[in-house]
Amino acid sequence: MSTSQTTTSEHHPALAHQFDSMEQQQDASTFGMWVFLLTEIMMFGGLFTAYLIYRIKYYPAFVAGSTSISVSWGFANTLVLIGSSFTMAMAVWAAQTGRKKSQIWFLIGTMILGSVFLGIKAKEYYDKWDECHIPGHIIGKGFNTWGGCSATNKSLGNIAQEIVERGENNHEEIPLGAATQTAQQTEIFFSFYFAMTGLHAFHMIIGLGLLSWLLLRASRGEFSGQYFTPMELGGLYWHFVDIVWIFLFPLLYLISRHKGGI
Amino acid sequence: MNLNFPIFPDQASSMAWHVDALYLFLVLITTFFSLLIAALILFFAIKYRRRPGHEAQQIHGSTLLEIVWTVIPLGISMVIFVWGAAIYYHMQRPPANALEIYGVGKQWMWKFQHPGGQREINTLHVPTGRPVKVTLISQDVVHSFFVPAFRVKQDVLPNRYVFAWFTATVPGTYHLFCSQYCGTKHSGMIGEVIVMNPEDYATWLASGKAEGSLASLGEKAFQQYGCTTCHRPDSGARGPNLEGLYGRPVRLVDNRVVLADDNYIRESILEPNAKVVSGFQSIMPTFRGVVSEDEIMAITEYIKHLSPQASNPLNNRSTPTDIRDNEVPNIQEQNKQQNQQQPQQTPQGTRPANPSGKKP
Amino acid sequence: MSTAITAPAPVMPAKHYLNDNYGIRSWLLTKDHKRIAILYLFSISFFFLLGGSFAALIRMHLLTPNGELFSADTYNKLFTMHGVNMVFFFLLPSVPATIGNFLVPIMVGTKDLAFPKINLLSWYLYMAGGICSLIAMISGGVDTGWTFYAPFSSGYSKTHVIMMAVGIIIAGFSSIFTGLNFIVTVHRMRAPGMTWGRLPLFVWSNYAASLIMILGTPVIAITLILLALERGFHIGIFDPKLGGDPVLFQHMFWFYSHPAVYIMILPGMGVISEIVPCFSRKRIFGYTFVAFSSIAIAVFGFVVWAHHMFVAGISVYSALVFSLLSYAVAIPSAVKVFNWTATMYKGSIEMTTPMLYAMAFIGLFTIGGLTGLFLAALGLDIHIHDTYFVIAHFHYVMVGGMVTAYLGGLHFWWPKMTGRMYPEAPAKLAAIITFIGFNLTFFPQFILGYMGMPRRYALYPPEFQVLNVLSTAGASILSVGFLLPLFYFVWSLKYGEIAGDNPWKATGLEWETTSPPPTHNFHQIPVVTKDPYAYGEEGEVPVVH
Repeated sequence: MSTSQTTTSEHHPALAHQFDSMEQQQDASTFGMWVFLLTEIMMFGGLFTAYLIYRIKYYPAFVAGSTSISVSWGFANTLVLIGSSFTMAMAVWAAQTGRKKSQIWFLIGTMILGSVFLGIKAKEYYDKWDECHIPGHIIGKGFNTWGGCSATNKSLGNIAQEIVERGENNHEEIPLGAATQTAQQTEIFFSFYFAMTGLHAFHMIIGLGLLSWLLLRASRGEFSGQYFTPMELGGLYWHFVDIVWIFLFPLLYLISRHKGGI
Repeated sequence: MNLNFPIFPDQASSMAWHVDALYLFLVLITTFFSLLIAALILFFAIKYRRRPGHEAQQIHGSTLLEIVWTVIPLGISMVIFVWGAAIYYHMQRPPANALEIYGVGKQWMWKFQHPGGQREINTLHVPTGRPVKVTLISQDVVHSFFVPAFRVKQDVLPNRYVFAWFTATVPGTYHLFCSQYCGTKHSGMIGEVIVMNPEDYATWLASGKAEGSLASLGEKAFQQYGCTTCHRPDSGARGPNLEGLYGRPVRLVDNRVVLADDNYIRESILEPNAKVVSGFQSIMPTFRGVVSEDEIMAITEYIKHLSPQASNPLNNRSTPTDIRDNEVPNIQEQNKQQNQQQPQQTPQGTRPANPSGKKP
Repeated sequence: MSTAITAPAPVMPAKHYLNDNYGIRSWLLTKDHKRIAILYLFSISFFFLLGGSFAALIRMHLLTPNGELFSADTYNKLFTMHGVNMVFFFLLPSVPATIGNFLVPIMVGTKDLAFPKINLLSWYLYMAGGICSLIAMISGGVDTGWTFYAPFSSGYSKTHVIMMAVGIIIAGFSSIFTGLNFIVTVHRMRAPGMTWGRLPLFVWSNYAASLIMILGTPVIAITLILLALERGFHIGIFDPKLGGDPVLFQHMFWFYSHPAVYIMILPGMGVISEIVPCFSRKRIFGYTFVAFSSIAIAVFGFVVWAHHMFVAGISVYSALVFSLLSYAVAIPSAVKVFNWTATMYKGSIEMTTPMLYAMAFIGLFTIGGLTGLFLAALGLDIHIHDTYFVIAHFHYVMVGGMVTAYLGGLHFWWPKMTGRMYPEAPAKLAAIITFIGFNLTFFPQFILGYMGMPRRYALYPPEFQVLNVLSTAGASILSVGFLLPLFYFVWSLKYGEIAGDNPWKATGLEWETTSPPPTHNFHQIPVVTKDPYAYGEEGEVPVVH
């Protein structure tokens, strides 16, 4: 009787054998990417939940921790990433409308902005290294009771001191002993800081890899109005990574900042 | 091989038969439904076996039947749930006059301290007929305090007190197991609970060479570590007076109200800036690494005895939500009044966390 | 009944997915879901035998109360390795990755899964995870228990926890990709006429299991990552000495691991839903209810995790909520059992090997499931938690349930996958031996558990010995029952009777194509017009070709 197999002689070269039509392939692939992003949400979600639980448990320490990371750089990164999402969306549009050169430039733009993000992140990590805000006792410097360096320069990254100073600015006398205890607990904040931003950065690096591959294919002219699925999927992935940052930034940098001062 | 094998545990506590009753009910339900299903499928397999001339009858289903066999199991489940919950609730409420024993689990042994100062390792002597509440903590990983004959079990956590309580009813020696995997000698972390009738128990208590009651050991530690420097009943003391503290609600600097229970006292020793009492400054140093879990328990016992009432006011409450707001004295109000009279930074005249003699 | 003319003797099709291409590259780089299913079949069988060997060693050790066979450390590694292998490398992938991979595309009427290359990646990830796990084992094993409770696993165990955790995380991604593939395939690639209401229940079950796979598995991944970070870098997430909370580990771990048991059992239930109608020649009773019960189990399964933690130090109120919800999750399973039983009523029943396994499943799963009610009852759980009662309960549902269903499914679809029938007499014998051995092994453990024998004990008080000896005796019988299929299945590949397209006269699109199927499953994509399980309508389901 009837059959639903495509019999048109001009099979789009990118039509995979298991699909009947380009439309079905596009549909299924996009759906698949959304399902994958859902799994990523569950993974980051687990991490965020643990973070929030500890935020409640060690509130003053997390306030101190949040205050010790740079809001300016975090904000800069946010702008960079939003910009890269814009260029990515433009790249997808360019693919849909068959503009090969635009695709390439927008992809390159996205990759540059992504790299800028990673560069700023590297700088932030370096700052934390410098101030010895590295949790755990495997990596070199170690975390001390005052939340600073074990080196002779005790002022650098000395969270306990910062807490006392902020207290003075707010006309509160915070004894050094209490500040020291809070500073020690910021180690947990930094564990989450590195885990969350690290996992995010890892996803960004993978994203850059995906973008390079897309760039290669785009430069070969593979995408058009008929077939731009890989670009669309790449776009979805990139936007997702952006959205994760949109959550990370307030959760790590912004919450309760006013309590801690500038 | 030991051919004398029992198939049902001893019933040696007041809870045992309650738990067993629910168990037997469930055994009946399980047996009934398993046999029913097994019988049905075997019966159908035989009665409706494939043979010529007999064709299967195509039945789509029956919504009524689906509802029936959803609702009935749901109903039975609810009965089981309520029954189980009632038993559990009772298990979470130790009676007020319970004998309080402290237990520490560590890889791979149990240490118990009696209020009279007696210490035991891997053995626990308890009397019949009197509720016993064991307050437990771990020194390392998660263990679990399990006495099958009492039907009691509680995971023992590091850094946090938990409790288990029971009333032993039958003298004898019963197994104590650690039932949360904890490493190499997990199966060796066992002991004996020795239940004695009250006279024998009294004899046993008297026979040991205790160095003094647990509370007096705690008092010694309290002085040894310099706690009395700040925690004094006089005015000008820099720390709250601990008399009458145990079991009372406490208002903190951030206006939270917490209950001064075992966990609160332990936390105040190890992380004093976590909960600072209203009207005081956060200047207490931490004693983590200085004071052992055993000593903390002794100090807690000592503080309990600083209550003007002999009995433990704590046992009928488990959470601070039980505390009504007007029970908590407004330290800040009192301090403000004090400061208006004498403008000074530190609060004048120490108020205990809860003035004794006020309503509970 | 079938058409009157005697059908010609069945013949193997000339070209099918097994002989379409030869050479190792054609297998290791295949995109054919059927070949990937066979690859999985080999790997999963390996891990089943490995996990089973550890079980045999455990039972041998427990013959005597004083633990004379192995040291305590070795014993601790044995039960850990048994659990890890069985849970992560056998039970979780068993039905979905073998039978599911093979059948889901055919059952929905399409040429392959939505993403064949990702399907192959799934297998490679599984192998990578398995290899990490083997490395951990060979380097000395892990002794934390498959539950990896902190702080023991992060701060105290001296074994290769991180390597094992990495293996499990990688295998988890394998599971996620399989689930993703199934979901997209079922949503977007059904044949014309194949509405949701016409899907075989096997597809519904795998779909529900896939929902759990994609939502739950990422959480175990992040939990183990955090555990590995804590262990490697001494940061405090779960270890109180470093400021962490051990109960948080338990919450995060069980948030996945409880739904995981439904990933394991749902596909097995799907198998039963296919076998019982076929050998009763009768449509399934209550199709809609059985289909939706799978979804209900998947949904409810996510909100009961803390019933593993009633004594762990959670609040009374949490405990009450989780106990209540745990009863809710039991009900859909009960509904399935009743529906299967009702399917047999007034059927025309043939006791083939798959049917024997299905009936065993129904009985044993009922017992296992009902003993779950004991554990959900708060006051009672206090006593039986962490004892052999729990072990008996989950072995009843996992071995008496899941493994039984897996074996039943293998037998049922063996002719389809290989074109050959397995020999019926040895198969029935193996099923009966398995049933007897299984009950003898695990029933005494209920009694041991109520007596108070704790889990994970290398030594035990002497009064528990008789029951332990009975259990070991059962295990020796059970192992025979499990090993026999290995032999006769392999034998059947060369000497088994040729099966033909539909040896069981079953409904379902898979039986409308050749045995073994061609690489592209169908010579022409079917158009579906009939309800599923349309037994009794002239014997064979007329599907329009």
